[in-house]
Amino acid sequence: MDKLIISPSPHVHGGLSTNRLMGDVLVALLPAFAVSVWVFGVSALLVTAVAVASCVLFEAAIQKWALKRTDTLLPAVLTGVLLAFNLPSNIPLWLVAVGSFVAIAIAKMSFGGLGRNVFNPALVGRVFLLVAYPVQMTSFPEVVDSTTGATPLAMAKGALRSGQSVSDIMPNLDYLQMSLGQMSGSLGEVAAIALLLGGVYMLIRRTITWHIPVAVLGSMAVMTGVMHASHPETYMDPMFHLLSGGAILGAVYMATDYVTSPMTAWGKIIFGVGIGVVTVVIRVWGAYPEGMSFAILLMNACVPLIDKAFRPRRFGKNHHRK
Amino acid sequence: MLKTFPLGGVHPSECKLSRQSAIRYMPVPEVVTIPLAQHIGAPALPIVKKGDRVVVGQLIGRSETFVSSLIHSSVSGVVTTVDMFEGPQGRRQMGVTIKVEGDEWSPEIDRSPEVVRECTLSPSEILKKITEAGIVGMGGATFPTHVKLSIPPGKTAEYLIINGVECEPYLTADHRVMLERGEEVLIGVELLARCLGVRRTYIGVENNKPDAIEHLRKLASKFDNIRVVPLKVQYPQGGEKQLIAAITGREVPSGALPVDVGCVVQNVGTALAVYEAVQKNKPLIDRVVTVTGQGMVSPANFMVRIGTSMREVVEFAGGMPADGAKVVCGGPMMGRAVSNLEAPITKGASGLLIFDRKDALRKPEGSCIKCGKCVEVCPMGLEPYLLNVLSRKHRWEECEAAAAADCIECGSCSYICPANIALLDYIRWGKSEVMKAIRARNKR
Repeated sequence: MDKLIISPSPHVHGGLSTNRLMGDVLVALLPAFAVSVWVFGVSALLVTAVAVASCVLFEAAIQKWALKRTDTLLPAVLTGVLLAFNLPSNIPLWLVAVGSFVAIAIAKMSFGGLGRNVFNPALVGRVFLLVAYPVQMTSFPEVVDSTTGATPLAMAKGALRSGQSVSDIMPNLDYLQMSLGQMSGSLGEVAAIALLLGGVYMLIRRTITWHIPVAVLGSMAVMTGVMHASHPETYMDPMFHLLSGGAILGAVYMATDYVTSPMTAWGKIIFGVGIGVVTVVIRVWGAYPEGMSFAILLMNACVPLIDKAFRPRRFGKNHHRK
Repeated sequence: MLKTFPLGGVHPSECKLSRQSAIRYMPVPEVVTIPLAQHIGAPALPIVKKGDRVVVGQLIGRSETFVSSLIHSSVSGVVTTVDMFEGPQGRRQMGVTIKVEGDEWSPEIDRSPEVVRECTLSPSEILKKITEAGIVGMGGATFPTHVKLSIPPGKTAEYLIINGVECEPYLTADHRVMLERGEEVLIGVELLARCLGVRRTYIGVENNKPDAIEHLRKLASKFDNIRVVPLKVQYPQGGEKQLIAAITGREVPSGALPVDVGCVVQNVGTALAVYEAVQKNKPLIDRVVTVTGQGMVSPANFMVRIGTSMREVVEFAGGMPADGAKVVCGGPMMGRAVSNLEAPITKGASGLLIFDRKDALRKPEGSCIKCGKCVEVCPMGLEPYLLNVLSRKHRWEECEAAAAADCIECGSCSYICPANIALLDYIRWGKSEVMKAIRARNKR
């Protein structure tokens, strides 16, 4: 008989893989992608295709020639899709490639590649484009006849700044239409219901836990709810905030990125609440109409500290005393 | 709601292929090699020499140390060597090799099939009989049972917990013992309870064995204070600390023993051995071994004499499958891979599990994506990803601070890791370095 194979225990593996987890997220994004193609047409397809292709290309090239290590490429596919979901459908395609380069080469591979980056790569790509090419990043195609291509958040912020009250703005908003994708915005932020559907799928598949999405959206709702209740004419209501500006996309798909989010349940809740609060602060008092991207990146930077501060509950700590 | 432990856990495919297979007695082999260290603690010293004639149940090894166990001959015949032999993992150790002649049993042993419940012995007499029978924990830990039953002064055992969980996939030895030897197990439990003077006894059984639960419940109605507790099917439900927490809600603190929370845990196989020792004068000379694996023609449970070579047991079960490439002694989560099949079955060997080449090899390690699954599943509330990194960097003080010593080596972290990182390999290393440092400190 040949020599027996030996190894330390355990001798079986549960079959979970990085590819399966990434695949789950991609499947969860399909409904929102379908809505996006329905709303924006073939340009949504093009932007996504260019983002995915260039992300995978940069990732593979840097793995091969710089890191000299091969990791799975599916996370790069996901980064591409998420970046595309954060872009307007009428963005020049060469800018999509630039954003992909920043996301993969600078935000991910320069930290050492898969699992080693501090910031969410897709969001770094998006924020770079937003700062460097503000015009291309904030002109959206017209979706609904009555609107002029401004996102609801930008429209509301502009109106409130110019002295209008909430009740002046409300007639221009239709929450049902917004939740179905009939509003201006980036590819993936427009379809709240489709995004939530994917979130439920990921919860069922245990790809993500509820902590981060609930903490982000919950804290946003509570904060804007209190503000709206005390000054109903100055501050928009919570529903408006949850349906607009990529709140759901950010809370469910971007903030839950494994690499850049905390490990423990309490850590995730703190992280999520931080994102929710910072988002509302930027949206209401900041210069930008939306704050989700900045809030997530800011909290990404806090993750190592959160992981240190919020350790799991150890067994035997609250034992029964006789 | 079924009871379970408070933190973490996984649910591997149960694969209890041999659950329907009644325990069969394996024929007495021609030669046995009985190791003198089959337990945690000091090895026994041989009290026989080459050429001696021995009978079944005769004492062949003993130690004056308290934390040790007696060794008996499992066969009758002539001692051919008392020497070093190669163990299952290749490590050389002392053993007594006996060439079998006939099957002559020591006259004190009651070999009649009738079940004896009557017992008038005092607790100390029961403990003495258990000590003399060389009984150790038969779930795999092989801690000497008489040591566990000797409650240190100032402490009391309130609850006796019998471990019939068998949460390891594939293994069915305890399941069959509960089904086929249930009454004897319960008498053994009663004896253990009397020995300890506990208030109540619980038998924890995972809910994937409804037949065993029903059978034991029926039998337990004839006993005082024995309660059968069905438990959620979740690994590592049979871990000592997990089982105590699941049944009593009490958590054994870090570095403490079960008795510190008033509990003593014994395996069902141990309870059967206690019954045989006390009521039948039979020392621990055989045990039930599950021989199983996806490639095995007929996975089954056998009563095997201690010292029988693993190769013979596998052969009796139908032989190695053509592509059999790995043999694990114990379960797939915590068992140890065997490099030398000539090594003998010992008191702690609950199963032999055979993997084909495809299942025997690990997948290559990927990059940690910090998904936190290892933290989620750790039943001790540790951070396996962190301990892994600290161990790889030899940062032992930080390993200690991150409670590496609390790891029960259940393997849930490595099992779940989507990047196939060998978390437990490195945590084990860190744990052993931390334990070394703790021992050195305590000596000073």
